[in-house]
Formats: sequence, C-alpha cells, structure tokens
Amino acid sequence: MASNAQAIATPAHTVRPQLSRDDRIMRGFILLVGVWMVVTVLLPLYFMLSKSLEDRGGDFVGLVNYAAYFSTPALFYSIGNSLTIAAVSTVFTISLAFVYAYALTRSCMIGKGTFRVIALVPLLAPSLLPAISFVYLFGNQGIIKGLLGGNTIYGPIGIVMGEVFYTFPHALMIMVVALATADGRLYEAAVSLRAGPVRTFFTVTLPGIKYGLISAVFVVFTLVITDFGIPKVIGGQYNVLATDIYKQVIGQQNFQMGAVVSVVLLIPAVAAFIADRIIQGRQTAALTSSSVAYEPKPRRSYDLAMTGYCALIGFMILGIVGMAAYASFVQFWPYNLTLVLKNYNFDVMDGGGWASFYNSLRMAAYTAVFGTAIIFTGAYMVEKARGFGAVRGGIQFLCILPMAVPGMVLGLAYIFFFNHPDNPLNFIYGTMAILVIVTITHFYTVSHLTAITALKQMDREFESVSSSLKVPFYKTFVRVTVPVCMPAILDVSIYLFVNAMTTVSAVIFLYSPDTALASVAALNMDDAGDIAPAAAMCMMIFYAAATVRILHVLATRGLARRTQAWRTR
Amino acid sequence: MKPEAGQAGAVRKPFLRISDLTKMFGTFAALRDISLDIYEREFVCFLGPSGCGKTTLLRAIAGLDIQTSGRVEQAGTDISALPPSERDFGIVFQSYALFPNLTVKKNVAYGLQSRKATRAEIEARVAELLVLVGMPEQGDKYPAQLSGGQQQRVALARALATSPGLLLLDEPLSALDAKVRVHLRHEVKELQHKLGITTVMVTHDQEEALTMADRIVVMNQGVIEQVGTPLEIYRDPQTAFVADFIGTMNFVPGVVQGPGRVRVGQLDLTCQIDGLSQGTDVTVAVRPEDILVPEGKPVSENAFDARVGDMEFLGSFFRADLVAEAMGEHSLRADMSINIVRRLNLKQGDMLPVALPAERIRVFPGQ
Ligand SMILES: Nc1ncnc2c1ncn2[C@@H]1O[C@H](COP(=O)(O)OP(=O)(O)OP(=O)(O)O)[C@@H](O)[C@H]1O
Ligand SMILES: [Mg+2]
Repeated sequence: MASNAQAIATPAHTVRPQLSRDDRIMRGFILLVGVWMVVTVLLPLYFMLSKSLEDRGGDFVGLVNYAAYFSTPALFYSIGNSLTIAAVSTVFTISLAFVYAYALTRSCMIGKGTFRVIALVPLLAPSLLPAISFVYLFGNQGIIKGLLGGNTIYGPIGIVMGEVFYTFPHALMIMVVALATADGRLYEAAVSLRAGPVRTFFTVTLPGIKYGLISAVFVVFTLVITDFGIPKVIGGQYNVLATDIYKQVIGQQNFQMGAVVSVVLLIPAVAAFIADRIIQGRQTAALTSSSVAYEPKPRRSYDLAMTGYCALIGFMILGIVGMAAYASFVQFWPYNLTLVLKNYNFDVMDGGGWASFYNSLRMAAYTAVFGTAIIFTGAYMVEKARGFGAVRGGIQFLCILPMAVPGMVLGLAYIFFFNHPDNPLNFIYGTMAILVIVTITHFYTVSHLTAITALKQMDREFESVSSSLKVPFYKTFVRVTVPVCMPAILDVSIYLFVNAMTTVSAVIFLYSPDTALASVAALNMDDAGDIAPAAAMCMMIFYAAATVRILHVLATRGLARRTQAWRTR
Repeated sequence: MKPEAGQAGAVRKPFLRISDLTKMFGTFAALRDISLDIYEREFVCFLGPSGCGKTTLLRAIAGLDIQTSGRVEQAGTDISALPPSERDFGIVFQSYALFPNLTVKKNVAYGLQSRKATRAEIEARVAELLVLVGMPEQGDKYPAQLSGGQQQRVALARALATSPGLLLLDEPLSALDAKVRVHLRHEVKELQHKLGITTVMVTHDQEEALTMADRIVVMNQGVIEQVGTPLEIYRDPQTAFVADFIGTMNFVPGVVQGPGRVRVGQLDLTCQIDGLSQGTDVTVAVRPEDILVPEGKPVSENAFDARVGDMEFLGSFFRADLVAEAMGEHSLRADMSINIVRRLNLKQGDMLPVALPAERIRVFPGQ
C-alpha cells in the first residue's frame, strides 16, 4: 500500500462534481431540517443554560445560582432522591419485564398474543393514571392499603410502584426483541453439551441479550428520572428533580433556579444517553445473518408457571387501569359508591373542561400529521442525499439529541427561548403551535430512528435508477419511497399521536388558558383535590389513545391486504 | 492500450474515453490512473477479484460516485463532473432495484413518463420492450411475483426504455442460479448485439466475461492489468496476475539463461522472452491443456519425462499431476484427453514423456 500512496501523491486536476437540480433541492431541504433542529433543540437549550448563569435581572453571574443550589439541602437532596427512585424502579421493572419477556419468547405458555397486548396497555395512559389508581388502592382510604403494612403510599413507595407500571412496556418491548433475535443454535449447542439450565442461562441467555438488557436499563432509568406526573401526584413530601423544576418555576416563579435544576437533571439523562450510545456502538458484530430463531419446546409445569406469572402481572396492569376507570364513575369515594357520570362533567371543574380534551385531540392530530411529515422527510433527505457529509452528520446528531433531553427541561427551555422578547418567533408563544412543536421535538428521536430504519431497508439504488432515468427524486419519493415505507410512517404517526395525548412534562409550562390540554387538566384537577375527575380525564385520554391504536391496527391490516401483492414479507 | 482494438480493426474514435482516473476513499486509492477507451457498439467487461474497483469505476462512469481526479468523455463531450441525471446511460444493478410497489409495466415506463410522450406512445414502447426482453405477458405482475431471471429482464427493459447511448451493468447475473445465468448470458449478449448499444458490464466471473465480452478489462487492486479480446487475454496474458486469474495456469520459478532460454530446475526450456537479461529470476507459466504428450512421436523441444501423480477425472478430460525429477520439487497439472489416457493406459505412478511447446510458455519477471 506504500506504493499506492505514492502513486496518487501528485493529483492531476481534481474533479469538482457539479450539483444537479435534485442535489440542490435536497440540500435546501437538509438545510431546512438543520435550521428546524437548531431552532427547536439547540437554541432553546442554549438559552436555558445561559439562564442558569444569570440573576433575576438577567445579568451574568457565573455559577452563583449553582452555589445557591448546592448550599440548599432542600434542593440538592432531590438529586439523591431522584437517583434512588430511578435505580430502584429500574431494578424492579427490568426484573419483572425480563421474566415476562422470557415467558413470551422462551416458553410455550398459553395466550401469548393476549399477554403481549396487555403488557402494552400502560403506553396508552398518562403517567398520572397509575399514581391516581394507587391513591385509590393504597391511599388513606384505599381499598387494599393494608397490603402496605402501615407504610404510606405518598412517597418513594408510591413513586416506584407508579414508575414500574409506566416503564414496564418500554423495557418489555426491548427485551422481547433481544430475546427473539438471539441465536437459537447456541441453545441447541448448550443442550448438547449437557449444560444445566442455570449454566445455560448465565453462559448463553444473558450474554446473548446483553445489549438489549443494557439498552432497557438506560431507557427505564431515563424515563423514571425525567418523569414528572407520578411524583407530582403521589410523591407527597418526597421531592425529586422533575417536581423541583415545577415548584421553582410555577410555585416560586424562580426561573433561574428552575434552569439550574434542569441542568442538574440534564446531566444523568445525557450521561445515560451517551453510555447507551457507546455500548450499542460495540454491538454491530454480535448479530450474524445466519442466526436461527429459538423454538421453545413444551414443558408442562414450566409453561404453566410462566402463564401464571404473566397472568398475575397482566391482572395487576388491568387492575390498575380498571381501578381508575371504576373510580371515575363513583359518586363519592369511599362513602357513596353509586356509579354516576358526574366526574366526567369537566366543564364545572377547574382545569380546562372538555375543551382541554378536544385541544389534546387536536394537538395530537397536528403532532401526528406534521411531525410525521417533518420527521420522515427529514430522515429521507439526511439518509439519501449525495455528498454534504458534514452537514448531514451534524443533523443526524441533532436528530438523536432530543432523546437525552427530559420533557420538563425542554418545556422550560422553550419558555426562555420563545418567550424572549427579541425572538422573532415570539408570536407562537402561548399558541397551539408551540405545543405541537415541543411535542414533535420531545418525541423526535424514536420517530427519526424508526424512519431511518425503514429507509435503510429500501434498495440503496432506487435513487440512482431514477436519476439515470432523469426522473426527479421527489417523484420517486412520492411514488415509491412513501408507499413502500407506509407501515413505518403509520407507526411513527401513531407513536406521536399517543405520546402527544399522554405527555405532561413537555407541555406543562407552555399551555395557555386557550390551549389547556387533557393531561394537564388531569394534573390540575388532582392538584385541586378533584381526584375522581382527574381519573376520569386520564381515562378519556386512555380511551382516545386506545381507539386510535385500534384504528391503527385495522389500517395496518387493510394496508397489508391491499399491498400484499407486492410486499414479499 | 491498443488504439485499433475492437472488432472493426480500423482506427475509430472512442465513444467513451477515460483518462487518468483516480478515485480516493479517504486515503485509500480504489482506482489509480485508469485510462481506457471504449468504442461504439462494443461490449466491454470489467473483470477482477472482489474489491479491485470494478464497481467504483462503473459508478464513476455513471456519475453516481464521481472520481477524485481524471476525465470521462462520452461521445466527444467531457462529462467528468456531471451528475448522473445529466449523463446518457441506463443502468442495471445486481439487486435490480425494481420498484416493488409498481407493476412491471410501470417499472418499465418509469423513465418514459417524464418525457413528453403521450400515453399511447408510452404503452406502445413498454409493450415493445417487454417483447424485446421476452416477457410480453407479465406486464401486470409485481416484481415480487417474478423469478430472479424475470426481474433481471424487467430491470434491463427499464434501463433500455429511454434508448440511452450507454448501458451499464453491475454484476447483473450474479444473483441468479447457475442455469438461468448461462441462459441469460446469451440473451443479454444477443440483445446488446441487436440494439448495438455500447455496453459495460462488471463481473467477477471469468467465464461470463470470456463468453460475453468483445473486450475484457482485467483489473486488480485499483489498476488495469490488461485490456484485450477474450482470446488475447486467455492466450497471451501480459502479467502473472492475469495468467493466474483467467483459466488455470502452472507456475514454476526459473532463471533466464540467455536469449530464448530459461532454466527450471535442471531443465533448459526454449521459449520467447522479451527483454529480460541473463540471470533474471522469472516465473514460468504454462496452461494444463498446453502440456503435450508426444506418444512416441519425436519431439526435440522442451521434452522430459515425468511421473504421473494424482489423476482427477473432470468429466470430459483428466487433470493429472506430473512430477519431473528434472524440475525439482515442482509439479505440473496437465489436462489429458480421455482418449490418451485410454490409449496409453495411464495410471498413477507411470512414467510419461511430455513436452512444453515453446510458443505456449509464458515468462513473467519475478518469482
Ligand atoms: N464508499 C466507500 N468508502 C470506502 N471504501 C470504499 C467505498 N466503496 C468501495 N470502497 C473500497 O474500494 C475498493 C473497490 O470497491 P469496489 O466496490 O469497486 O470493488 P468491486 O471490484 O466492485 O468488488 P466486488 O466484486 O466485491 O463487487 C474496495 O476495497 C472497497 O472496500
Ligand atoms: Mg462490485
């Protein structure tokens, strides 16, 4: 290779490729995506960082606010609390979800399909819902409060229980995929080597799903440490970082301290994100294309035990949702258990009324439609453009960055940035638009990665072929790329819709009286002591999300039927 | 390069002229100083081992991955820096890249629709192309409903639809099973001949290149080793690499003894040597089918006795290992017809007089 380097040491004339019209249009789009990401992610975060270094008058004061933070035990104790809650919840969620995933993939239990669906139910509820349910189940007038043995649900116990419910499906999905894609031949090898079940588990199963497991740990940890709804409802006097931000900003109007807490909360979230990226980066070689799926063989008592386990977990999940559903119809808990609809009469209560529910539907619909369009088009441009490497790389990074930013932090950053009097975009502050934008940004990364995965599965040469045929890329995008990627596009839009319905943290600082949202209304009603209406509103969100999910399943089936002629899979 | 290359023989202007083309990936040179002329109506194959830069060169010609330096001219105009959409070519990829959600007809019509043609004209052209590639009945199917060979025909029809001046094929047959591949070789070649379209095909299958190409460009590690007709490449390899890569070849080390003489072990062989001085270490190469069994006829040149080692029956002939004491520890593989084997009742361990015809021996510098 030495002679190789010499031979080209004297370059002839270097060719500067001319750009085609397609190239110019694509680069225009890429720049637009870049500007969008800078405006919706980078600048707000920058404004928040600088806010944490200012005093109330807006003058730069260096680390004074941080010094104040770390000399106030009431504040910095929350760091320990947050980490403890996140660690404990992660251990519980991962253990419970692992066995559940193991049962689904490695046993011949009955009702796999049903249990899979049940496990995903928590995704359709705002995180407030389990907290409200636990108040009814274990609160001062809870029906089974005896089970807590005299401990109060208002505090770390309640938070952890709520978080486990809320993060369970996230962990489960990752681990089911990891277990399902692990190489089945290794098990056969282990069996033929007469390795015992325990030995097989530690030498084959665990290493095989290592990366999935690690990923699940980071996802759950991040979800818990950034969650706001559950500690807000059931945390009692137990402060965590997310509720501290809320208290500083809403309670004390101390925006600088809110920014400081946000930065403190950003650190573990970003650390978890980076650690996960580094570890997943090592994975590449682990999967061989010739992997063979594992086929469990029936074993009666083991399969029965696994069915029993899943039934227990499934019963708890449905019980928690069922409790909230039931409580939302009760006249006056626990004294008058007559079933009535009065709790659904949101218009007579503070919080935003039915209008907030309709706002949520609108907001979710806009987020799904515009979010999917922006994210999918952006992913396409970044993935398929020719050249322009550095810009595309930068935008790729900005697209996965939102994953590391907690919703509360993003919301607060939006206040600082969009409410800044000199910002020309100031006019969207307090409108539906800013809610849609913050929600799109909050859920950008997962959607972007889904789109990228789908795009990568398409033949890389579609664009080459169409340019050789002199067909502009946008025609191929509309005629081929979008139809072929339709399942992924539907997935992204449903993901955005459901999350827009259930999110609290990203929008809590940004709604205005005209744009109150259902999840925020539930939170405010709970704050005001109207727990049953809060439960009712959570259920409305749940019903809406579930309906859209079912529609999605039907749409996907219909699509599959219509396109089965050309889809090989 | 031979300026008169091509079948016609007369000096023609090249249709595609590549000069001093270099392609860098970072600090790695995938192509180094490639110069090549391709003539109108020619079928040229780029042949070489995996990773030698065939696809890279094809993509540079197409403008899909433009070279770092060097020129590409097509039909007299410099297209070096032009994007693919401003060049004139049709392309077929190994994966075919058929649009899965469009029917065969719509795939074939894809490039026609943007041109100003009426619907009837487009339909007529599509029908004509489907007849041309031999599948007039399959127009309403989707690619997933076709066999690999059929998909490949559709991809060809789509590439030809706009009547490009140049057809580029990147391993178009390698995804097919052996039988279909052999069949399609002829079809593609026939089609190319009929349309008279200048064609460049990438392949790593020498049989494919030898049977289809008018001229073969043998590449290795980013450079061109040799350009020539299949027969020239086979008969007259210019480098040890080409000799080794195309067909089967025996290699034994030797030393130049003088003009037209080279020593291998204790054997003095007569052969053609161009400009190598006495004492130079060389590699002597001879093809198994060129080793002669005189069967008693007197042969004075390069004759010696060899012991027959392993004999492998390859269907229509035997390939035998020959060990000659005079040549030291090196053995030669020789092809022998079934007739000879039967006539001489050859078996392992027999002694056999053989000869190496001087004009069939190739000598390459270095060992
Ligand atoms: N985008 C790229 N970046 C870096 N290196 C590349 C790139 N594309 C090709 N190469 C390298 O350039 C060399 C030539 O690649 P090319 O694809 O042209 O080989 P090829 O002759 O077509 O091989 P094959 O028969 O396997 O298709 C290889 O070493 C390859 O690794
Ligand atoms: Mg190739």
